[in-house]
Amino acid sequence: MFQGKKRHMVGSASASPRGEDTFPKILLHNAKVLGNRTAFREKEFGIWQSWTWSGVLEEIRAFSIGLQSLGLTAGDKIAIVGANRPRLYWAMVAAQALGAVPVPVYADSVAEEMAFVLGHAEVRFAVVEDQEQVDKLLSMAGEVPSLQHIIYDEPRGLRDYDHTRLHDYASVQEIGRDKLRQSPSLADEWERGFAGATGADIAVMLYTSGTTGRPKGVMLSFDNLIVSARNANIFDHLDESEEVLAYLPMAWIGDHVFSLAQAFTAGYCVNCPENMDTIDVDRREIAPTYFFAPPRVFENMLTMIMVRMEDAGKAKRAMFDYFMGVARKVGEKILNGETVGLKDRLLYRLGEFMVYGPLKNRMGLTRMKVGYTAGEAIGPEIFQFYRSLGLNLKQLYGQTEASVYITLQPDGEIYGDTVGKPAPQVELKIADNGEVMYRSPGVFVGYFKNDEATASTKTEDGWVHTGDAGIIADNGHLKIIDRAKDVGKLTDGALFAPKYIENKLKFFPNIKEAVAFGHERDMVGVFINIDLTAVGSWAERNNVNYASYQELAAHPDVYRMIEGHVDQVNRDLAREPMMAGAQIRRFLVLHKELDADDGELTRTQKVRRSFITERYGPLIEALYDGSSEKYVSTEVTFEDGRKGAIEATVEIRDMALHVAGKSFQEAAE
Amino acid sequence: MNAFVADRAPAPVEDAGERELLLRVDNVSLAFGGVKAITDISFDIRKGEIRAIIGPNGAGKTSMLNVINGFYHPQEGTITWQGKVRRKMKPYEAASQGIARTFQNVALFKGMTTLDNIMSGRSLKMHRNFFWQLLWRGPAEREEIAHRRKVEDIIDFLEIQAIRKTPVGRLPYGLQKRVELGRALAMEPELLLLDEPMAGMNLEEKEDMSRFIIDVNQEFGTTIALIEHDMGVVMDLSDRVVVLDYGKKIADGPPEEVQASQAVIDAYLGVSH
Repeated sequence: MFQGKKRHMVGSASASPRGEDTFPKILLHNAKVLGNRTAFREKEFGIWQSWTWSGVLEEIRAFSIGLQSLGLTAGDKIAIVGANRPRLYWAMVAAQALGAVPVPVYADSVAEEMAFVLGHAEVRFAVVEDQEQVDKLLSMAGEVPSLQHIIYDEPRGLRDYDHTRLHDYASVQEIGRDKLRQSPSLADEWERGFAGATGADIAVMLYTSGTTGRPKGVMLSFDNLIVSARNANIFDHLDESEEVLAYLPMAWIGDHVFSLAQAFTAGYCVNCPENMDTIDVDRREIAPTYFFAPPRVFENMLTMIMVRMEDAGKAKRAMFDYFMGVARKVGEKILNGETVGLKDRLLYRLGEFMVYGPLKNRMGLTRMKVGYTAGEAIGPEIFQFYRSLGLNLKQLYGQTEASVYITLQPDGEIYGDTVGKPAPQVELKIADNGEVMYRSPGVFVGYFKNDEATASTKTEDGWVHTGDAGIIADNGHLKIIDRAKDVGKLTDGALFAPKYIENKLKFFPNIKEAVAFGHERDMVGVFINIDLTAVGSWAERNNVNYASYQELAAHPDVYRMIEGHVDQVNRDLAREPMMAGAQIRRFLVLHKELDADDGELTRTQKVRRSFITERYGPLIEALYDGSSEKYVSTEVTFEDGRKGAIEATVEIRDMALHVAGKSFQEAAE
Repeated sequence: MNAFVADRAPAPVEDAGERELLLRVDNVSLAFGGVKAITDISFDIRKGEIRAIIGPNGAGKTSMLNVINGFYHPQEGTITWQGKVRRKMKPYEAASQGIARTFQNVALFKGMTTLDNIMSGRSLKMHRNFFWQLLWRGPAEREEIAHRRKVEDIIDFLEIQAIRKTPVGRLPYGLQKRVELGRALAMEPELLLLDEPMAGMNLEEKEDMSRFIIDVNQEFGTTIALIEHDMGVVMDLSDRVVVLDYGKKIADGPPEEVQASQAVIDAYLGVSH
């Protein structure tokens, strides 16, 4: 059905690099061919402001020439810090046009983390969003001696600052526009400046959030990004008519590829939300056709729906429950194009009208053609929920080092427990130790100033170690079990895959995060983090009083509820021969929320297992020494950088185990 | 050694006491029957400064604000506003002359959205009469759009985009306070009177509010008079502080001077009168 459209595709009609092998060149091409199509939108003052491709070219050119006159030259690094804003995306291409390399940085990382990245990348320029970022950068100026100019997008509050090295984005652009007015030939000169650039040049440097150790600067070339992006556009039939919402951190490869590389190569429109709090409303207004989100976003949306349904009237709840039952039964089959009886088909239609349609509208997914989730494994039940509504949600498996794409689920070949087949031009193999390895055009050039890490990750002939353990199933689909280094064994030899257990727990809306322990121990113990939204709402309905997160987490009723969830997980595990030996024997509910500011999660909200093991050592010991409670005092970092402590006595519960479907010994083998 | 180190040093500001006079209160006394709320108070507010009025409970701070914006009429004394001496003024006259305020207890239209509440702050600036409004198309529509634009600037400024269409009754207290500030700002006032803008807020909300107050003062050049109990906030924000106790002025000057004054210490710690 999309074949007809494909012919009009720009830049993506062929996977082989054509003339346009860098983003500035693609920009020129798009401005010429798609001139009047909308390229970027940003909601400001309550209205979506838009820019066409030719408008974007003008904006980028003016800013680029402004940067040039401030002294930005080829080889310089330029940091990009802030939330998703058109001007920050443009700044990246403006820098690339001069041969400089943009380095997007996580805007919410604490000063120390950011100082390391900026210092390591030796940035000379920084383009930032607002005063908050300017203050942060100024505070670390001593640690980043290379930093010379800071350019900010939002001038508010910065009026009284010394402006010798600090510039307003608009004023830099004005310098460029002035120069262009004075000598009209400058535009051609600017274009000639990057005509000689090639796809092999470094396009961007992205620092991986790093579940272990210091962040590493992944250098990606234009070829890496552009070839991968074109392949992905073809794979999912994406063209210039798509709408995406740019809301994920700009420093994350996912956003870089979806909101820049694929947007430029396909020519589609990137929409920037008003601010981080309005994303839900903005998504509804835009109704993206191509949507990408880590599992956490889908989990949150589902939790919100479930919480609201609990508060709904009886009739509505009955209707919701009934039609969700219908969807569970036939929704996925219909989506996959399988045969379904007439009665069910009609019921599903009715459900679409009564429940699914309004639900999709609420979530802003009405027009979604293709949606992806990646970054972490998604709970199969969550995944099925969205697919049963008729949403073409798929999983992909990717890495910064691969320019995202390693495997993708093709339309109609969706299996909840796999992450799909190798993406176009990607070769895949499993190493002897079970580690997944790949080779593709998207494979990164190297880590910046870290040849040692490059050599240990990338082999001579271009294969990359993913660090994930996996198996390739008979149908050619890849199945990821866990981080290669996290998969372990209990002392009785039973396979222990912590993430597998954690994901099962995290499906319950009441559980936000879970950390499982068990490697080289005699049983499995788990830390649980309750979800304040879901459990708070439950507490309200059940007259459970609490004053703080800590108090709620320790409440006996909450413990009883969590105990039920853990028991359910054990029941599920018992059914799976491979996993039955690793049922949860003891658990506790943590007294504080795991937080990236305390280093317990990465900036992309993944659990940092080794850090937690260290930080909560006494609690882990208590899990295994048989005690029924344990006093702990935990240091926390507030948002402004100050430190405090949370003290609590945490209760530990014992669980009954279920009999395995198959014999215990067999499972352990 | 590094180019940025000196960047944050603020530009030198002239002493607040020497700036142009905006408002002067001379020998004002206010009594409710036998209760003397304010006794013979004189002080001034200069253009562009942040002026704090502090004092223990019942010191007459809110009464003073009510005198300034014309809600109470003092029995004695004069008020000089922008060079003109006045004895009596109605609140709406004060408003139309550029005095806006927020209240100690939030006084918003609870059933209306954030947007409509702030829009109501523009009503004094709307000039098209009822019939034009009724006709709607044309001048009245253009006027509404221009005002909406101003309101959106304020929404952007106060970072309350996410609650634009939310009825304020459903908002948490800290946000309601922010909306109230927004409504006062919508009047584009010369003088903004804030009655305990941070009462009942947590530390983070206080920090946010402090930043907004400073930004209003610096970006729009609005003169601010505020009543506040949090001494840390008062000392950080204000250029000059006037201290009231039992309706009398007991100190007036820069924060550090006021803080060191024995009379102020006595008033706050309590000595027998």
